[in-house]
Amino acid sequence: MPKAAHASQIDEQDTQRLKNIAEDILSEAKKQGADQVEAAISVGQGLSVNARLGEVETIEFHKDQGVGITVYKGQKKGSASSTKLDMASIKDMVSAACSIAHYAEDDPYSGLPDATLLATDFPDLSLHHPWAVSAEQAIEMAIECENSARFYDKRITNSEGAGIQSFEGTRVLANSLGFNHGYPASRHSMSCSVIGGSDDTMQRDYWYTVARKASDLESALKVGEMAAKRTVERLGARSISTRKCPVMFAAEVSGGLIGHFISAIRGGNLYRKSSFLLDSLQQQVFPDFINIYEQPLLPQAMGSSAYDAEGVATALRNIVEQGVVQAYVLSSYSARKLGMQSTANAGGVHNLTVQAGELNFQQMLQEMHTGLLVTELIGQGVNTLTGDYSRGAAGYWVENGEIQFPVEEVTIAGNLKDIYQSIIAVGNDVELRGNTRTGSILVAEMTLAGS
Amino acid sequence: MSDLIQQAENLILTPAGFSINDIDTVMGSLLSSSIDQADIYFQSSRSESWLLEDGIVKDGNFNIEQGVGLRAVSGEKTGFAYSEELALPNLLAAAKSVRAIAAHGQSGTIKGWSKNKVPALYSPLDPLSTLSREDKVALLKKIDQQTRQIDSRVEQVTVSLIGVYEVILVATEDGRLSSDIRPLVRMNVSVIVEEKGRREQGGSGGGGRHGYEFFIEQDRAMDYAREAVRLALVNLEAVDAPAGNMTVVLGPGWPGILLHEAIGHGLEGDFNRKGSSAFSGMIGEKVASSLCTVVDDGTLEHRRGSLSIDDEGVPGQNTTLIENGILKGYMQDKMNARLMGTQSTGNGRRESYAHLPLPRMTNTYMLPGKSNPEDILASVKNGIYAVNFAGGQVDITSGKFVFSASEAYLIKDGKITKPVKGATLIGNGPDVLTKVSMVGDDLELDSGVGTCGKDGQSVPVGVGQPTLKIDSLTVGGTHA
Repeated sequence: MPKAAHASQIDEQDTQRLKNIAEDILSEAKKQGADQVEAAISVGQGLSVNARLGEVETIEFHKDQGVGITVYKGQKKGSASSTKLDMASIKDMVSAACSIAHYAEDDPYSGLPDATLLATDFPDLSLHHPWAVSAEQAIEMAIECENSARFYDKRITNSEGAGIQSFEGTRVLANSLGFNHGYPASRHSMSCSVIGGSDDTMQRDYWYTVARKASDLESALKVGEMAAKRTVERLGARSISTRKCPVMFAAEVSGGLIGHFISAIRGGNLYRKSSFLLDSLQQQVFPDFINIYEQPLLPQAMGSSAYDAEGVATALRNIVEQGVVQAYVLSSYSARKLGMQSTANAGGVHNLTVQAGELNFQQMLQEMHTGLLVTELIGQGVNTLTGDYSRGAAGYWVENGEIQFPVEEVTIAGNLKDIYQSIIAVGNDVELRGNTRTGSILVAEMTLAGS
Repeated sequence: MSDLIQQAENLILTPAGFSINDIDTVMGSLLSSSIDQADIYFQSSRSESWLLEDGIVKDGNFNIEQGVGLRAVSGEKTGFAYSEELALPNLLAAAKSVRAIAAHGQSGTIKGWSKNKVPALYSPLDPLSTLSREDKVALLKKIDQQTRQIDSRVEQVTVSLIGVYEVILVATEDGRLSSDIRPLVRMNVSVIVEEKGRREQGGSGGGGRHGYEFFIEQDRAMDYAREAVRLALVNLEAVDAPAGNMTVVLGPGWPGILLHEAIGHGLEGDFNRKGSSAFSGMIGEKVASSLCTVVDDGTLEHRRGSLSIDDEGVPGQNTTLIENGILKGYMQDKMNARLMGTQSTGNGRRESYAHLPLPRMTNTYMLPGKSNPEDILASVKNGIYAVNFAGGQVDITSGKFVFSASEAYLIKDGKITKPVKGATLIGNGPDVLTKVSMVGDDLELDSGVGTCGKDGQSVPVGVGQPTLKIDSLTVGGTHA
């Protein structure tokens, strides 16, 4: 059994070292004829272990580094990336990016962000909390977690194991407008996946917890219990007949529904006209009780950052107010294409939040009365250009506000425009694990296809 | 081929001042008496991508990745570490932590290295250098211009070109050195068409283990463009898809994604060793109609999913998964094969040096049957004819799988009628193939665009099948 804790912690010196490399890249790029340049460099390390059936299964030691650069020659752009940080490799990479920029074509919208939008204030968002866990300790915790699932119910017959992952790293972003900043961050998680039933009636489900700080993780016992409970509850699932009915997206899947909206108001899809929400600014896309906003500066949250992937300062901002679209999701490039200003969303949104409603999970079920509660979605089946939606689903059939039996092998379909308009309620059972914070979402009607 | 090993040494080891002796030293510190299996995996890859949009080549990216992964396996336990730096002290430290997976024992040694000689299924070429940068830009621009000329309703054209030059060198605990040089190219054309305010999209592409000339030969690039435009125009006419259980006829080629999702993943060795697959313990049982024979074939020349050797140094193989409806075998990597008392089938694959190998598919397809595709369609009174798909997913434990149609038509009284909007099809892996009542004589493989994801690792794959009639499958449209 390994005794050693994993390698020494990421510290301020690492960030400083990357900032220095970034400076070298900027000057090398200028030397090679670039007019503008941006560099992003990261290093990270971590440990992941998995235990299955009470024994350690894998121990993985992670150590990653990477650098990406973008150069502009006039309005021509080229980029290069690598896992090598030595000066000789950097020179080669800069040269490759410059050569690509030479052959690329003038794009009047390309270039670094507007200098006035770059972040100048760097609040401490408390994102870095190293966890000095040894492989041995992590394995013990994973076994405890898995045991809690395996012995939760005798219908749990097999396991895919439980795992602990711990990562920390630092990332620096620099550009030729004078921006050069970096910060360390950590991410720790625990997950468990078990199997119930046997032969042709097996079901599997899982649970996980994730946090910047190890002490904020749910307990190993809780994660195991949740995985087992979810698995056992799925046993005996069956398909149901084709019908139109209300659909409630449980909080662990409802973020996806909001994710499709964000994708449709993303600059890239708007300027390519590949969105069903073109010209949706100031349009009523949702009912008037829906408010959606970004909270980039939440301490310790998984999606927090003071600036986006281009260095543009983030801020608390409304995207949907009383159901009406207030703003798009734009990078500098897509903003210029649309004649607008960046919304600090190069690289994505930050802690996207749907304002919680009044009802808890049970009350949401009562509000639905009769319909399908969806707890898992599989497959792609979402067309951002047309809004057509058709995905595989599993969950529970609900009557009179009570769960009746588990359901599988059905699809749910509709058009996202109609789905958004027909949202009846958002729960207060907010899911906080990911970058989208929302409670369960109840939709008045969708087409369910089944047996 | 041993000269492949020499090339890999020259490309990866020599520049870092690393030698076979150093490999020997690292392997020695990985091995101990309780280690069943160990490998050192060197990888160097160079890739590029070019993107045309709005009529101009906007962006290009060049990427270099290099590193080494160290693995030691004892029983069912695996220790793993990797490094971007090819320096002996780093690797010895990594080896020490990896080896700690097993009880301590005497260090092992390798008594001389032998070179694994395997015929290559593709040329060891660097696709990035098969066309100059000027010519790549010119090719994309030409495709854009010609695509816009196909139909006046074309509003947007996006063309991407990707090339990968990957070199691997694997040293295994049995004293073997294996190497592979894997070129891979891919092109995609996608369009948006607009008519009377309605917009639809279509996309098509292809590729394989070739140089870029593949796209110029036989006018392939423009074939993708024509196909993308055709698909988008079909979608302009599409009506709401039906909802419910019905007869589904799948076209040949890419709809073979059905096999990949419905049965392929469920037949990977790891899930079956652990008993977590809906197919666990079913070898010798009837899992498909007797018309169905399905193989996983890594030995097809130049195909996207093919491997001269897999990532554990085992030659690619043609493995029969289902023969005349009977489940014959699983796809194995070395570890799962050993634990199940069988041999690797050359399916041990990993995304990169920074990932652990897993049993993965290569090119998975169904062999042709005897039916004429026209007769198959003519036999359907009411149903769906699905010919293009966007992707799929499976829950290997419950066996439930989905795949999403992007081009489909209603069949009425044996005739193809209106196109329908994209819809997800859902079924149960262990019984979907039992409902296959006709198999066409028109086997096709996909054009070389498949990418499979498992445990967060992506690898290129191929699929294929002849036209198939499935008597009953749930179609997830909106028209109930």
